[in-house]
Amino acid sequence: MILESLERLGDWATYWLGDIGRMGRFLGAAVRGVFRPPFRFRALLGQLREIGANSIGVIFFTALFTGMVLGLQGYYTLRKFGSEGMLGSAVALSLLRELGPVLTALMVTGRAGSAMCAEVGIMRNSEQLDALECMAVDPFRYLIAPKLLATVIAMPALTMIFNVVGIFGGYIAGVELLGVSSGAFMSGMEGSVVDRDIVMGLVKAVVFGVVVVWVCTGRGYFVHRIRGAGFGAEGVSRITTQAVVISSISVLVWDYILTAVLL
Amino acid sequence: MRKLNTDIIVGLFLVTGFLCFVWLSLRLGEFSFLAARNSYVLSAAFDNVSGLKKGAVVEIAGVRIGSVERISLRDDDRAEVALRIDMGVKIGDDAIASIRTKGIIGDKYVRIIPGGSEDYLGDGDRITDTESAVDLEELVSKYIFGDMK
Amino acid sequence: MKNGAVIRLDEVSKGFGSQLVLNRISMDVPRGRTTVIVGGSGQGKSVTLKLILGLMTPDSGRVLVDGEDITRMKKRDLDRVRSRFGVLFQGAALLDSLSVFDNVALPLQERTSLGRDEIRDRVMATLEQLGLTGHENKFPAQLSGGMKKRVGLARALQLEPEIMLFDEPTTGLDPEKTMEIYRLFSETRERFGYTAVIVSHDIPKVFNLADQVVVLNHGRVWSFASPEELQLSDDPEIVGFVRSTMGTIYRSGGVE
Repeated sequence: MILESLERLGDWATYWLGDIGRMGRFLGAAVRGVFRPPFRFRALLGQLREIGANSIGVIFFTALFTGMVLGLQGYYTLRKFGSEGMLGSAVALSLLRELGPVLTALMVTGRAGSAMCAEVGIMRNSEQLDALECMAVDPFRYLIAPKLLATVIAMPALTMIFNVVGIFGGYIAGVELLGVSSGAFMSGMEGSVVDRDIVMGLVKAVVFGVVVVWVCTGRGYFVHRIRGAGFGAEGVSRITTQAVVISSISVLVWDYILTAVLL
Repeated sequence: MRKLNTDIIVGLFLVTGFLCFVWLSLRLGEFSFLAARNSYVLSAAFDNVSGLKKGAVVEIAGVRIGSVERISLRDDDRAEVALRIDMGVKIGDDAIASIRTKGIIGDKYVRIIPGGSEDYLGDGDRITDTESAVDLEELVSKYIFGDMK
Repeated sequence: MKNGAVIRLDEVSKGFGSQLVLNRISMDVPRGRTTVIVGGSGQGKSVTLKLILGLMTPDSGRVLVDGEDITRMKKRDLDRVRSRFGVLFQGAALLDSLSVFDNVALPLQERTSLGRDEIRDRVMATLEQLGLTGHENKFPAQLSGGMKKRVGLARALQLEPEIMLFDEPTTGLDPEKTMEIYRLFSETRERFGYTAVIVSHDIPKVFNLADQVVVLNHGRVWSFASPEELQLSDDPEIVGFVRSTMGTIYRSGGVE
């Protein structure tokens, strides 16, 4: 009885340690794939369109309403202290430092990350990855590297768009709807934001991009090795769910780490 | 046709992202490498800069003319503050720099009262006349204990 | 080595978890001949194929290609060996995101320095030989199973491989399409003269193509110089295997 549960614990630990090791090596191979010629420029463009440009709609509406909610909440909180003039600064700082990169990463996970995971998982199950290897084509260079690079480029761009649209949303709520003076909103924002806030947002966006692609394509790549995933369409749907969950949590964990280091 | 579309869409996407970045940095961040060419630095020593932060606003008559670049401690235990002032703003050598508060709990900022002198300060010069931050707590306690002068 | 074994498995074992799929098996694939590997499902046929391709590493033993052990090879050397192989996967394993043309062109684009026009000419020629003209702009999802296999074959033949591996080439095809695949196999083999390894459970039809037959059963292996030798064997396990699988020979013979 005790031996049995010990055995199960050991089994569980070996599996997860193995899994972490595999994912670590996967990231290494993916990064190496980016620097291995020949470079697939067309594939990069296709991925940029898929991951970046096609996400703009989602990002726009998420950002607009996030900004408006920030304006609304901030206004009622700040009014208690008679500091409605700080509204611009509160909206801009929350967006630039935290909400911009984090919500963009979560949206990209949901839209592009899940699709990436399913695509790679299906390619594994239908032996397409084996076929690439047999043609002596490195799947990391051919398949994973364009996705990684495209996300690392698209994430900062999407984050910046998120920030601007979010500030615009906060302006609508604060200035147009609640009557904070436009000058106070803008100058409060200008007075409190420093270079570091923007740089911090950019660094976060890049790191989150790597995390999202790493987790999502990695889960798909190892669909045959993941316990309880099973084969076929069901296996792919399970690991896709798993990838989205792990990726979202990882983004939040990394957010904490980066904030602690950069602030 | 399909290839062309991808190029254009991706191009537009990246340009939009970059423009947003530029807007944020110019409008809000005052990126130092962009600002460096259009500004000059003055220094001033204060007895107390409590509450003043790097990046705080510098104003003349309520108009923003620059920001606080650096705050450090001098050998004589006074605070040394470097002020980055926009190019084109002329400040006489008899100007007074004082640290003020916006609103009752608002941010600290530096207010400069330009003097009447025709001799203007240039990059690296010093504003000699300064007024330190008003310590609200001290003021209140002085009032309560009837110590007002 | 001219007429010797081009692929040799030496005392190879492979297990998954507690289940041992291959138990110290040894086999030779002679150069220029057609070797058919048969056995029930789950007896390690696909695993054997993946070991030969270096997609899996054995728990013990060696896999030799022209005397070189591929299980201890660096990736670059393995790629060099692999470029001598062509593979037709069970589901054809075409890349879903690429059109038929791009799928067939892929090995040429990635592994050679040919120009666009030359690649185009070569791909169109191969597609024509395999009766795929007019389908080059379709995507794999729009093709039937038999067509996918033909595209897969076209792709595998692009680099003129010395060794062709076929994983269940006829599974999931109706009898007519099955015959067509076998016909294409014979045609292309004649033209390119490759060494062939076919993994199949389409007994007995696949025996028509076989020079050598390898039987995998319960992790063990039996090799026969010809299909006839297999049927004449007096090993009790082989007799049992022949009886259980060859039963169909008479039935299908009766129908045809």
